[in-house]
Amino acid sequence: MSELAVTEAELHAHVDGLLPEARRAEVEEYLATHLEDAQRVRDWREQNAELRSWFDPVLAESAPARLRRAATGSRKPPLLPALRFAAVVGWIALGGIAGWFLHDYRIEKSTDTVAFAHRAVVAHIVYAPEVRHPVEVGAEQEAHLVAWLSKRIGGNLKIPQLASLGYHLVGGRLLPGNQGPVAQFMFQDGSGQRLTLYVRNGAAEGKETAFRYAQERGISVFYWVDGRFGYAISGEINKDDLLRVANVVYQQLNP
Amino acid sequence: MEGRDRDFVQHIPRLRRYARALTGDRSRADDLVQDTLERALVKFHLWRPGSDLRAWMFTIMHNVYINQVRAGASAVVSPLDDETVQPAIRATQSDRLEVLDLQTALLSLPEDQREVLLLVGLEQMTYDEAAGVLNVPIGTVMSRLSRARERLRMSLKSGAQHPAGLKVVK
Repeated sequence: MSELAVTEAELHAHVDGLLPEARRAEVEEYLATHLEDAQRVRDWREQNAELRSWFDPVLAESAPARLRRAATGSRKPPLLPALRFAAVVGWIALGGIAGWFLHDYRIEKSTDTVAFAHRAVVAHIVYAPEVRHPVEVGAEQEAHLVAWLSKRIGGNLKIPQLASLGYHLVGGRLLPGNQGPVAQFMFQDGSGQRLTLYVRNGAAEGKETAFRYAQERGISVFYWVDGRFGYAISGEINKDDLLRVANVVYQQLNP
Repeated sequence: MEGRDRDFVQHIPRLRRYARALTGDRSRADDLVQDTLERALVKFHLWRPGSDLRAWMFTIMHNVYINQVRAGASAVVSPLDDETVQPAIRATQSDRLEVLDLQTALLSLPEDQREVLLLVGLEQMTYDEAAGVLNVPIGTVMSRLSRARERLRMSLKSGAQHPAGLKVVK
């Protein structure tokens, strides 16, 4: 090779217009006699042009409203808590659950919250069958449990009372979530049926969503975001029964 | 507050373009952009005033994307999810087939190579900027770029020898 030797990196820089002016002519000169490299350079240029002609039209599309809302951190129009609750219940009751969830899933689906629900289900599957150590701190130390987890999660947690549905608190534990600590509370009814409430702080701050439903490995889960916290309630029970529980939980956490 | 909001909104089109190319799916791409914007708002206090806001937002998108890829976020099955890949349609049928090949070839690249190729080829970032967004050394950017471009060349070439619609996907 002579002084005209050109590196692979320089060929790329040539394609991307990142080569210093002085070097550009030398690379051109090199390409005039190295036809295979010249062909590669042409193909790479063509790739760049193709990428832009294919994806540039996206720039002209008008962005969905949900993205503009996310960019400005604006919430949906504020409603009184009671109305908010009525709205959630109303949406679900109205129009059939399927219709709403189809709508909800398309408009509001966020892979982050889907992953959150997935982790809630996995945590349920791991701990709900546990006989000897289902929780770290038992219900007999409820005040300590709330104080401890509130401190770790960063926010004032509340534990819903589900006695009206036949469930009592077993206790809770601290778990690693995707972005930090997560709390799990466990409830149980007279037959030994267990539900877990999975709570995280922060990831979707300032956002509110309606209930969403998913089912995985026989476990039903309703999940939603309310203010600072994301919630998921999981159990091996049917959707209607779990929805009743989710409603009570939501109502109690938003007095 | 006002200025910050405006800045975020102003970046939406480019974030969407990149996300669309990265995921090959409109709705998944917009989910990614939404997660990115939400994260950017929460983390905005970490942004250094005067530094490149676009590069910072692309860094956040990269992190969100990689986390999602690792978490296998599609594990929760929704029976009502009927999304399909919806490529935009250009002028002619032959154009469309040709570019579908490009998209298929793009999606067959490993994630890390696809990201570099798009940051450089589509976003027109310098190699330094791409290295910053991906938090890798510039040498890594160059080797990924080189592999991505060669691989794309090969798959587009092999595609050209088959009738449209019967592409070899590696």
